[in-house]
Amino acid sequence: MSPVTAMYVAQAIHGLTYGMLLFLVASGLTLIFGMMGILNLAHASFFMLSAYFCYQVVAWTDSFWIALILAPIGTGLVGIIVERFLLRKVQKLGLGHIGDLLLTLGIALVISEAVKTIWGTESHQVLIPPSLQGLVTVAGLEYPIYRLFIIGLSLVILGALAFILFKTRLGMIIRAAVSDRDMVSALGINMPRVFMFVFGVGTLMAGVAGVAAAPMLTVFPGLADQIGLDAFVVVVVGGFGSLLGAVVVSLFLGELNSFGIQFIPRLAPVLVFLFMALVLSFKPMGFFGERDE
Amino acid sequence: MPTWGMGGCSVFLEINDLNTYYGPSHVLQGISLTVAKGEIVALLGRNGMGKSTTLKTIMGLAKPKSGQVVFQGNSIFGNPPHKVSMAGIGYVPEERRIFPNLSVEDNLLIGVKGGVIDQSNPDAWTLEKMYEVFPSLKKRRTNKGANLSGGEQQMLAIGRALMGNPSLLLVDEPTEGLAPIIVEAVRDILAEINKMGVSILLVEHNLNVAMSLAHRVYLMGKAHIGFVGTVKELDNNPDARAQYLEV
Repeated sequence: MSPVTAMYVAQAIHGLTYGMLLFLVASGLTLIFGMMGILNLAHASFFMLSAYFCYQVVAWTDSFWIALILAPIGTGLVGIIVERFLLRKVQKLGLGHIGDLLLTLGIALVISEAVKTIWGTESHQVLIPPSLQGLVTVAGLEYPIYRLFIIGLSLVILGALAFILFKTRLGMIIRAAVSDRDMVSALGINMPRVFMFVFGVGTLMAGVAGVAAAPMLTVFPGLADQIGLDAFVVVVVGGFGSLLGAVVVSLFLGELNSFGIQFIPRLAPVLVFLFMALVLSFKPMGFFGERDE
Repeated sequence: MPTWGMGGCSVFLEINDLNTYYGPSHVLQGISLTVAKGEIVALLGRNGMGKSTTLKTIMGLAKPKSGQVVFQGNSIFGNPPHKVSMAGIGYVPEERRIFPNLSVEDNLLIGVKGGVIDQSNPDAWTLEKMYEVFPSLKKRRTNKGANLSGGEQQMLAIGRALMGNPSLLLVDEPTEGLAPIIVEAVRDILAEINKMGVSILLVEHNLNVAMSLAHRVYLMGKAHIGFVGTVKELDNNPDARAQYLEV
């Protein structure tokens, strides 16, 4: 492989890694919006919270693998509690979107302040587990094992999610609810319970991404800022509620980000937003938007 | 067509003095009506009188403020839709509301309560039985809901509700926008379902369909019930027809 080709391939894998992490965050965000019409401003905060949980579990147990299991579960549980005891109550007040937005913005602020109070404002290092350290050589190209691990992990979760959505009754209910949740509940399905599950799984997936990102990005209070914004762009551009849109646009943004930094570093920070503005002027509902309201 | 006075029949669904608001507007003002077991009751009236809202309030899709809704002796007032459905009420909504991204078969299966067809009950609806009654759906069973014609969507909406084995069906405007020949087919299906023992509360604009199906008729004026009677009594009451139906 020539050095130039190798650079392109490395950059592409780099973009794929971020794209996959982005998908883990954005898919929960888009499903929650699609089913309940809630734009969860706290979603990326769960990503960050899980990274802190990961740091804490590693500090206690010295095992990244235990953290990889416990931190997302803990984050998912926090998500379920938030849905069951806060979001559901606020929705009953009938304030419409403004109620959801204020509540989730409040939760984002609380999480942000809580992590500073508990873990301080400095960055915390989470070490890559020894088995995933170092480089692997494929066709003359050296690449960090850990990034490949993130891609593999995300693919496993994507597969599990696709299985649930397209092969189970629960998935059928979720897909139906994205287009018409009232009708689903009129067929005898307990939608509040289904939504609690989806909210839990959405935050759990953001949690997996948080753990995966912790060793690469270190753990600090602003950790969720970029991925939160990018996930929002993914949901808007991919189409609110569209999982396919989330996959495609996450991967595209990952590459846009990676190659943007390589070739036009000065423009890289705004490329994502240029892209969103461009798409929305032609497709206001996003690429795969199913809602027509 | 038999006439069903309420005297001899057991009350199945009873609504008393029901009041519903959409924000500040008082859209149902003290509605009372009953449906007996095995009966088809038509709820008629001009647009915007509150017919659909009455069905939505029974179903739990619109929140009532006061009144009573009693189904088979149990109060379902203010219950969420899934509980109303589990109590045995099926809903065939206005504009069908088929799940466009699900196949025809999945649209039917999602209506099965708890996801498992009750094999021990010989009267329970199964896919085979459904396809016998709706052969057009069998041909289209792998198609997405979005790709069906209006008539097929209406059949699917009825079939989807039936998969939950309801004892009462709330049917909202089933013939709206359909070709005359399909209107006949929908009418016949509703009559057949009723013969199987399912009671029906029907909102319908097509007076011929409503009058040929219904045992009793309620006419709605703005947010209230203006007339109650059998089809024959309505036939003999041109004043009521003029006041509540004619445009």
